[in-house]
Amino acid sequence: MGKIAKYTRRGFLGLGVAAAGGLAVGYYYYKKPYPNPLPETLEAGEFTFTPYVIIGGDNAITIITPRAEMGQGIHTTLAALVAEELDVDMDQITAAHGPAAAAYYNSAMLREGAPFPFFEEGFVAETMRGALGVAGKFLALQVTGGSSASIDAFDKMREAGATARAVLLEAAAARWGVAADGLSTARAEVVSPNGERLSYGALAAEAAKLTLPSPPALKGPSDWRILGKSQPRVELLEKVTGASIYGIDVQLPDMLYATVAMSPRFGAKAKSADEVAAMAVPGVLNVVEIVTSTGVGFGIIASNTWAAFEGARVLAPEWEAASYPADNAGLKALWHEALDREASFTLGGEGEPEAALQGADVIEASYSLPFLAHTTMEPMNATAQFKDGKLTLWLGTQAPGIAAMASAGLLGIEADDVEVITTHLGGGFGRRVEVDVPLYAAAIAAQTGGKPVKVTWTREEDIQHDTYRPMAEANVKATLKDGLPEALDYRVAAPSINKSLFARTFPDMSSAGPDRSILDGSFDQPFSWPHSRFAAHQVDTDIPVGFWRSVGNSINGFVHESFLDELAVAGGKDPLEMRLAMMKDARHAPARKALKAVAEMAGWGQVLPEGVGQGIAHTLSFGTWVAEVVQVDMRGGTVKMDKIWAVADPGMVLDPANFEAQITSGIIYGLSAAVGQEVSFADGRVAQENFYDFDALRMAGVPPIEVALLENSPRMGGAGEPGTPPIAAALGNAIFAASKQRLRALPFGNDVDFELG
Amino acid sequence: MELQINGKTHQVEAPDDMPLLWVLRDLLDIKGPKFGCGVGACGACTVLVDGIPTRTCITAAADVEGEITTIEGLPEGERLHKVQEAWIKHEVPQCGYCQSGQILAAVALLEETPQPTDEDIDAAMTNLCRCGTYPRLRAAIHEAAGVEG
Ligand code: FES
Ligand code: FES
Repeated sequence: MGKIAKYTRRGFLGLGVAAAGGLAVGYYYYKKPYPNPLPETLEAGEFTFTPYVIIGGDNAITIITPRAEMGQGIHTTLAALVAEELDVDMDQITAAHGPAAAAYYNSAMLREGAPFPFFEEGFVAETMRGALGVAGKFLALQVTGGSSASIDAFDKMREAGATARAVLLEAAAARWGVAADGLSTARAEVVSPNGERLSYGALAAEAAKLTLPSPPALKGPSDWRILGKSQPRVELLEKVTGASIYGIDVQLPDMLYATVAMSPRFGAKAKSADEVAAMAVPGVLNVVEIVTSTGVGFGIIASNTWAAFEGARVLAPEWEAASYPADNAGLKALWHEALDREASFTLGGEGEPEAALQGADVIEASYSLPFLAHTTMEPMNATAQFKDGKLTLWLGTQAPGIAAMASAGLLGIEADDVEVITTHLGGGFGRRVEVDVPLYAAAIAAQTGGKPVKVTWTREEDIQHDTYRPMAEANVKATLKDGLPEALDYRVAAPSINKSLFARTFPDMSSAGPDRSILDGSFDQPFSWPHSRFAAHQVDTDIPVGFWRSVGNSINGFVHESFLDELAVAGGKDPLEMRLAMMKDARHAPARKALKAVAEMAGWGQVLPEGVGQGIAHTLSFGTWVAEVVQVDMRGGTVKMDKIWAVADPGMVLDPANFEAQITSGIIYGLSAAVGQEVSFADGRVAQENFYDFDALRMAGVPPIEVALLENSPRMGGAGEPGTPPIAAALGNAIFAASKQRLRALPFGNDVDFELG
Repeated sequence: MELQINGKTHQVEAPDDMPLLWVLRDLLDIKGPKFGCGVGACGACTVLVDGIPTRTCITAAADVEGEITTIEGLPEGERLHKVQEAWIKHEVPQCGYCQSGQILAAVALLEETPQPTDEDIDAAMTNLCRCGTYPRLRAAIHEAAGVEG
């Protein structure tokens, strides 16, 4: 493997320029590929073919998998895409993250950000998706998120493998003086009709001199040898031996250690801090001020992490008052005020809901969802060195390009003078796209005289300075006709993630336009309402909000699917049958099939003992249709979760075992939140501190989970997030079925006791 | 102070109240034990002290007597421990960050209870995994229990 780690990122244009004119700039630039960043990373005897393939003379094959490995197995899946077409086996390759470079942009993520349901294929929807995909390229967002990594890579990386194979064939043909189309390949060798063999490594030097052709025809799924089958994950051995290097494990010569004490009242400055006490802690070397677009506070530099933590503890800063209501009651009032105001915008909807709701028997319900922290297992951290006007960051990041750009802005250097070395991530869930972590490390590194410094946050700092899943308050009204839903008025009050993210990440830019994440998981779901209206009531404060696994779908999946259950009860219908009756459109077929399949697995409709109940929910998010059933037993007076069944349909499954693991992981993540997680405010700051008051489910609390995968959807969907949105509603609906108690506020643990082992 | 770690003796200068976790990670560059919470609530920092799973973030290094085993000391030479083998077979790790602690907790469980029931597993395996690898973790422990060490 070459010097990938030493590569200096380049080609990242200022985001402001691109965003200002991005959508209007012509097709020409879109078609023009970014240059291959690999040549300057090669070691002697290595050759590169496309930005994804390096072949050494010794037949060592490296596949660049330029997305963040957060445990979602993406390096394995991405490498398999190239390996399939290159015709090498998975045991012959090494996967490497590669440099941060424009060539590795992610257009799929932005494409699904267009304000149209996934299954809507009208001209406008397709044009918008296409335009946003183009923007992804201009913005060069090498971002891992939105469950988009495999979708984005599906053609690009298979084409890279096929193109590299084509020039290797050509080189072999020239060597043997025969036509290329009589040759075949297997296990990184070209084979002639009479059985002669040449390894790719032996051909690499000659092949590298040839011009890459336009991509040859790709294999059809029936010819796949690797894709569609579960592959052993490429990084398992290092993960079971403790050898993986996460950001927190980075060790450099002369390295200093540090932590941060940032203002827990977002936007408020420090009034005082006991720097003398902090400096008196043995091992503490310096206390520095940090002023950035994401927060203000202090960096405590020391000779080890423990000393830095102790220094931060006694520094005990006092902070000015917060700009927003200081406690949850005040915040809730603000959210309700927004709900009572006129809507900020609406999305989707049809018919004449207002007229249809007049005078009829209206069923109404209100739902509450808290802020949530991500609590990745590895607390936030970054290592930085600022020397001779250049910054190096060692960072577990979902967005290396954005981290580089923001840090450059802070230090007043060019983005080209920032090098980001991506480490393993101890969990991401949307938290590690944020720039606060690299910014604070860069700010501290500017004051260490060129020495590298590893900045590790305490868990308390991590929970109290997150970019939270937004708090939301929803009010929903509907009428029935012949027991079936007829008209819907759906209103949700929540902050805009886009606005919050842009303000802290790109302070010079404004984020225009409606933020569809407020309504994701409601207006875009596969139901036919004769009359419906979906309204967002935006309420913005200085409390930072961000992407939390499945984003807005985690909010509306709960509200929308809980309310449907209420309507079924009101109309005297079975919740499954009612949903199927509402999924009238031919394009809703994957949802119907997923629901029927999960019902069959769970034995839906069977007579259960009194006090035992099943709940069902379905959401379509990130292009994947997911139906879930939860069964609870409340005969003991507490909620005991017996079992969970899930059916997911992403259209095409590239690696079944891995996909299933992701769905399971998403369910447990959502279940932890539904059962007990809540970030609340008191005294202008987050009240929770650590896992003792912001916990997640442990082994004993997680029931058996059975997952089945279908492939009916017409387009490929994501894996990492879609398991999360239905689970809270399925659980709440099960609790209702078992107890007739309707829970409309998360987390449920505030209202019922769970038996967790 | 003197610490016995993975079969070797280490001399180290550290304040009396410095937790073993930071002595291992920052002073001795043994990075297998992970920082997760610092208050004994997650288990990411677990090592074995004379075979007993110990949360090193709340254990002062000066108080430790006995042989410390971290994930780095678990394999015998080139040979992985049967728990590590089972972890690979069942593809347990996702992000992997909690897994050093999980593996050591499982090793201790199987030493104590070679054929654990699901209830035994629930009681012993209290470490947090934010990726939700619990179902595979459980399967891997049963697998390791069935394999001759
Ligand atoms: S870091 Fe020790 S228990 Fe969490
Ligand atoms: S594997 Fe990620 S926290 Fe357990």
